[in-house]
Amino acid sequence: MVKAAALLALILPSAALAEAPLSAEHQEQLTHLVVQDCGSCHGLKLTGGLGRAITPEALQGHTVDGLQTIILDGIPGTAMPPWRPLLTEAEAAWIAAYLLEVRE
Amino acid sequence: MRQLLTSLILSFTLGTAVCAEVQVHATGDMGVVIERTTGSVLIIDQSDMDVIARVEGFGDLSHASAVFSPDERYAYIFGRDGGLTKLDLVTQSIAGRVMQGGNSIGGAISDDGQLVAVSNYEPGGVRVFDADTLDMVADFPTGSKTIGLVDAPGDRFVFSLWDDGETWIADMSGDVPALTKIPDMGVNPYDALITGDGRRYIVGLFGEDGLTTLDLWADTPEAKRILPNYGRGEDPLPVYKMPHLEGWALAGDRFALPAVGRHEVLWLDAQNLTELGRTQTHGQPVFAVARPDGRHVWVNYAHPNNDTVEVIDTRSGEVLHTLNPGPAVLHMEFTARGHQVWVSVRDANRIDIYDTDTFEKLGEIPAETPSGIFFTARAHRIGL
Repeated sequence: MVKAAALLALILPSAALAEAPLSAEHQEQLTHLVVQDCGSCHGLKLTGGLGRAITPEALQGHTVDGLQTIILDGIPGTAMPPWRPLLTEAEAAWIAAYLLEVRE
Repeated sequence: MRQLLTSLILSFTLGTAVCAEVQVHATGDMGVVIERTTGSVLIIDQSDMDVIARVEGFGDLSHASAVFSPDERYAYIFGRDGGLTKLDLVTQSIAGRVMQGGNSIGGAISDDGQLVAVSNYEPGGVRVFDADTLDMVADFPTGSKTIGLVDAPGDRFVFSLWDDGETWIADMSGDVPALTKIPDMGVNPYDALITGDGRRYIVGLFGEDGLTTLDLWADTPEAKRILPNYGRGEDPLPVYKMPHLEGWALAGDRFALPAVGRHEVLWLDAQNLTELGRTQTHGQPVFAVARPDGRHVWVNYAHPNNDTVEVIDTRSGEVLHTLNPGPAVLHMEFTARGHQVWVSVRDANRIDIYDTDTFEKLGEIPAETPSGIFFTARAHRIGL
């Protein structure tokens, strides 16, 4: 957690987080997407399934930028699909921060 | 069918009469509905189209499924968190529960009803339990995420290895379990089914264009590719939810199977296992399930097309009817003879019930983020 927070401090000025914040309703929709739809591979509690665990502990060492890229472009050769057709960059950045439990 | 038996017990002790009512539910048209977010299970009555009870305490039920004891009294619920829970449909209470693994992906019950097997991602492998006591009787570590676990005739369990592309057959009929390992099943098997006659085990592949089948009637079953290159070398579309293979694939003389990374249902000749054609669909299919008589195949779809269900005519391969039940249709379960289908609509917190002939909506049942629906008639089906 400390590491993630430190990394966030380095990238915050350039990250999409700096853009206009998403509305509360929008954030709620994204939370639902994470729990239910990301959860179909990663588990409702994000503790893993066919996809790896994506709890804050399991994601230690990842940055918001790095996760945002993985969410948008997927991981070729694995079952992680690119979400770019369905999510904006700001939404992916919000999800990345949400997963790392970085709160704005 | 709900029956109310009232027994009148007369006690003449002290000259007073005591009445006791005993409510008896036969289990033959019951079912269970997984409420995935709340970790609870609804016990439903099919003919009353109603909820009998909500039972809590099943842990993490994402991707949960159920099998039934041969007498249809118990449902065994397999949770994501490794929990194996035995639910008593008669008393509507939990009759036993063990945490058998860290991360699970479904289970099966042996043909004699005495063994329950659970497939695990973590630790990878299959564990087998006494159906009565839930004591572990066998452990088959695979070193891989393990998927596609089914029962097969002869007290056998069959399952596949996501990481290693193998299928293992565990024969539990002797004093000591006997394992047969079949290599070269293909890259990243994601799920499998066994046909209703117990003969063919069909494995879907995520990492390869095609499927693999085993003839379980053979003395030494060998991997055989079917529908090779069905993607024609084209880049697959993103897969936002893995398709599921269930033993309801046989429609008349053909199997209906969901394609991976394509908006298609694939039709396979049930005799010689060659392609008969394809149906273009509304999205990436998740379930393609044949009505028990095989006349129609009902298909639901992955995010973001998961508000729609299409019904395909088996003879023509054409989409016959489209329904829009609502956001996030996750599962469909037919009554034993197929006159109704129950559809879980997760984000509407509802089960919808349709007449499969007229497609008219007959009713609905409130449920908290429902996913899998399992009717007790599965107790008498191979591979379910």
